[in-house]
Amino acid sequence: MPSEPLLELICPAGSLPALKAAVDHGADGVYLGFKDNTNARNFSGLNFDEAAIRQGVEYAHAKGRKVLLALNTYPQPGEVARWQRAVDRAADICMDAVILADPGLMAYAARTHPDLRLHLSVQGSATSYEAIEFYRERFGIQRAVLPRVLSLAQVEAVAANTEVELELFGFGGLCVMVEGRCLLSSYATGDSPNTCGVCSPAHAVRWQQTPKGMETRLNGVLIDRYADDEKAGYPTLCKGRFEVQGETYYALEEPTSLNTLEMLPEMARLGIAAIKIEGRQRSPAYVAQVTQVWRAAIDAVKRAPESFAVAPAWHGQLDKVSEGSMHTLGAYYRPWK
Amino acid sequence: MQLPAIPRPLARVVGALPAFPASLAFSAAGNLAAWPALRGLDWGEVRGRRFCVHVRDLGLKLYFSVGRKGFVPEVASSADVTFTATTEDFVRLGLRLEDPDTLFFNRRLLIEGDTDLGLRVKNMLDGVEFEELTRRLPAGLGQVVTGLRQRAQMQA
Ligand code: SF4
Repeated sequence: MPSEPLLELICPAGSLPALKAAVDHGADGVYLGFKDNTNARNFSGLNFDEAAIRQGVEYAHAKGRKVLLALNTYPQPGEVARWQRAVDRAADICMDAVILADPGLMAYAARTHPDLRLHLSVQGSATSYEAIEFYRERFGIQRAVLPRVLSLAQVEAVAANTEVELELFGFGGLCVMVEGRCLLSSYATGDSPNTCGVCSPAHAVRWQQTPKGMETRLNGVLIDRYADDEKAGYPTLCKGRFEVQGETYYALEEPTSLNTLEMLPEMARLGIAAIKIEGRQRSPAYVAQVTQVWRAAIDAVKRAPESFAVAPAWHGQLDKVSEGSMHTLGAYYRPWK
Repeated sequence: MQLPAIPRPLARVVGALPAFPASLAFSAAGNLAAWPALRGLDWGEVRGRRFCVHVRDLGLKLYFSVGRKGFVPEVASSADVTFTATTEDFVRLGLRLEDPDTLFFNRRLLIEGDTDLGLRVKNMLDGVEFEELTRRLPAGLGQVVTGLRQRAQMQA
C-alpha cells in the first residue's frame, strides 16, 4: 500500500508553460482547468484546450507528478451536460483527480467513473469534519481542500476526526469572504465565481490613470484609487476602499497575501496531505518563483522539522510577487475561535 | 537584470518623433523578428483591435493591430487597449523574467482600455513556450534572446 501523502506541493497552472515551470521547479502536483466556465479562473485566453492538457499530463506523469483538474464551479441550469462532459474528459485523459464543489456533479462522477479520484474543492466550503465525512460517505471523496477561514486549532480538530486527506492553502491571494459563497462580484457585474467561474470578470474591469491617481472601476463602480506610490491590488470588491460615514478605507478587507511558511512544522505534525499554492491566473514566471521557494521549504521541514526555520530570502522572494504590501498567516494563526 | 538606462536627451528626441513612423518601424521590426513565432496563435478574437504600447521612459507610443499577415501600424492616436511600462520592464516581460501581475501590483505596468482584450493577449502569449518562440525567431536572434534570458536568470 502506498504511504499516506504528506505535504505534497500542489501548484497552479493556467497554461502549458506554467505547468512545465511547476513540474521543473519541484511541484508534486499541478492543478489546472479547461477553457470554459467549469472552473473558477475562467479568463480569456487562460487555461487548457484538449491538446495542451494531454501534453501537460504526459509531461507531468513522465516525471512522476500528478495533474488535478479543477471543476469547481456550480453547473448552471440547462447547462449541466457541459460539467458532466468535463468529468468524462477528465477520466478519459487520466487525470489523477478532479476537484469538485457541486454535490450533484460528485454524484455523477462517483456513479459514472468509480475509479476517478475526487477532491472536495475549497468552493464546497466544508469547514467541519461532519461536512467532510458526509462527502466521503456519499461520494467517496478522498481529499478536502479546507477554506481559509479556519484556525490551525480548528484544522487539527478536523484532521483528528476524518480519514479524508486534508489540503491547506499555503500561499497566494486571499479570498476569505465566506469562502465559496461570495456573491459580491455578482452584485456589481452579474458574474461571480460559483456561477461564471470568475470574480470581477475582465470585461467589467477598467483601469485608468487620472490626475488623482490610478482608478479601478468594476462595471462603472469606483472601487479604488491609488496614489502613485501605492501598491495596487486585484480589482475585487472585497479589497476596494469605500467611503463609509465620511471616511475612506478598506471597509471589507485589506489586500494582503497568505503566506504560511512558518506554519509548515505544525502542518507536518497534523499530517496535512498537501499544500496548495494559489494563482492559476498568474504567469509561468510566478509559478516558477513560488514553486522553487516552497519546494525548498517543504524539503527542509521534512528533513528536520524541529530545527526548521524560514530563510529570510524565501519571504523576500514571495513578498516580491504578492498582492498587497504585506503577508499574513490568515485565519490559521488566530487566538479566538 | 540591469539594462542600461535610456539617456535623457535620446528619450527627448524619441518622444518628439511623430507616432506613425515609429509605429510603422515597430510593426515592420515585429513582423520580421517576432511574427514567425506568433503567427500560429489563435488571433481570431484579437484581429482588427487596436493596441498601443506606451514606453514610458521614452515617451513613445506605438499603435498597431494584428492582421492576417502580421502587425499592421495604425495611424489613429487611440487604441482599444494600452499597455504602459518602461523599456526595461517590457524587455523583462518579453524574456519571461517577470510576471505581469507582479508588475501591476508594483505599479510598473498599467493596462488601460479593454481589460479583457489586454488579458487575452497576455494569456495567449503566456501559453506559448519560450523555447518554442525562440526556435521560430530568425536565425541568430533566437540565440541572442536566449542568451539574454539566461544571463538575467543567473544574475537574479
Ligand atoms: S469579492 Fe473577494 S472574497 Fe468575494 S469571491 Fe471575489 S476575491 Fe473572493
